[in-house]
Amino acid sequence: MDLIADRGRRVTIEELNTSRLLAHARKQAHQRNFDDMVIVDVDAHHYENENQNEWLPFMENDVLRQLSLSAGSKRNRTGIMPTNVGYQDMGGRVTRYPMRGSEKTESENGAGRDIQLGHRWMDAMSVDYSCLFPTGMLNIGMHPQKEMEVELCWAYNRWLTEKVMPEADGRFFSMLCLPFSDPEASLRQVETFGDRKHVGGFMVTTVRSNMAVYDNAYMKMYRAMEERGLVLSFHSGPNWGEPIYRSCNRFMAAHALGFSWYNVLHCTNWVVNGMGERFPKLPVVWIEAGLAWVPFLMQRLDHEFMLRPSEAPLLKKKPSDYMRDMYYSSQPMEIQDYGAMETTFRMINAETQLLYSSDYPHWDFDLPSTIWDLPFLSEKAKHNILGGTAARLFKLPPRNEKQKENLKRFGNLTATAA
Amino acid sequence: MAEKFVAKLSEFKDGDRRIVFIGDNEIGVFRHDGEFHAYSNFCLHQGGPACEGLTIAKVEERLRPDKTSMGLFFSENEMHFVCPWHGMEYDMKTGECVSDRRMKLKKYKTVQKGDDLYVIA
Repeated sequence: MDLIADRGRRVTIEELNTSRLLAHARKQAHQRNFDDMVIVDVDAHHYENENQNEWLPFMENDVLRQLSLSAGSKRNRTGIMPTNVGYQDMGGRVTRYPMRGSEKTESENGAGRDIQLGHRWMDAMSVDYSCLFPTGMLNIGMHPQKEMEVELCWAYNRWLTEKVMPEADGRFFSMLCLPFSDPEASLRQVETFGDRKHVGGFMVTTVRSNMAVYDNAYMKMYRAMEERGLVLSFHSGPNWGEPIYRSCNRFMAAHALGFSWYNVLHCTNWVVNGMGERFPKLPVVWIEAGLAWVPFLMQRLDHEFMLRPSEAPLLKKKPSDYMRDMYYSSQPMEIQDYGAMETTFRMINAETQLLYSSDYPHWDFDLPSTIWDLPFLSEKAKHNILGGTAARLFKLPPRNEKQKENLKRFGNLTATAA
Repeated sequence: MAEKFVAKLSEFKDGDRRIVFIGDNEIGVFRHDGEFHAYSNFCLHQGGPACEGLTIAKVEERLRPDKTSMGLFFSENEMHFVCPWHGMEYDMKTGECVSDRRMKLKKYKTVQKGDDLYVIA
């Protein structure tokens, strides 16, 4: 297949085969004996828009379903999901974006193709379990219709829990997409899907123009999740259309700031309003904002809290202590200054609070070796971050005897998983 | 140091590339503007197949004398090759990572014998 380079010049690139593309990842996994340890990727993606003809029929409302099926059909030029301007493929430099359609799988499309593609990258990286998230749905918070957000989340969550994950040999789990604009509907989805197999928790897409995580309307939902032992996650993203980012003339600027910013904003509100005190047994994960923002926010909030405790009266310890009670996904890890990174790992208690994530197949994915090769980590920290902590959190069993030994060795073999 | 056959010159056109496997090692050989360039196929970022992606000219931003921007242009004389995993770009003539030129891919020599091209590794 030809890709267009400079001045219309055509460059021939082999058709995409994920196993072939990631052959070096497989080599790394072999060199580091990754198959002997449980590796959990808490943030991987599929392109659910490619299969929307399979999941839109799960929408409950007749009229909204008909609208979506019509707008989403290939003949129609309108879309059903809010979109962002962006150049994730870097003009074709990240070839798996333009080449994606060329990859051959046993199923031409549908859930079967998604599963097979997922297993290819997981096997290459030696990832045992992936938390599967959507791609286009990450923009659902910008949908102008609350009722459509509810319906789309409902339909996607049904399809994922009924058609995709049950067919994936138990290797996919998910934190399902919440229609956060509607607290009542979010609660209903927690009550409906929260006890289903392969559901580890729920995810809030944080690209939203008005989101108050502390609003009283959400307390029942948080309580319902805490009672069920589920995990609440906040998945960040960029939004070049946000007014403050309109001054950015390069995608890299809007991308670098956007992912961090939305988590900074919502984490601040979460901490300042004492959510950690209200729901001490609800695990919270902050996803895909990198790690550099965490020490910044810890220092900033601690400084303010020391002088203004009257504005955060629920807090019984410093904001950074609450932040250290929460979890963070690792990708994209800003590996440019090992000293800064080591400090970051210390500040977040990475050994117990950091969860490896790849974000594959998105452009800035990280391999497990990004954790394993860090020179300042203990063996226990490496095992915990790559999968042990997540195995405990999501009750995931080992897939072979060596993995079982390693989970046991570092205290990560849970009774339910054993 | 051994010579490893790369390709017949007559079959290796300008703009083409070959990947040569020598044991566990992999070398990417490019033919660009009539010259051959051979580099390690392991990206310095996360180990991706550095030589198997797009080749594309350097992007430049040109400034007027008063420092105002004229916008973005493709370079007339600097070609890059790009690791397909994350988009890390390398200078075709030097193997330097263009974001930090202190980082360089290992470079290999090539030798032509009649119609045959070899890489020395």
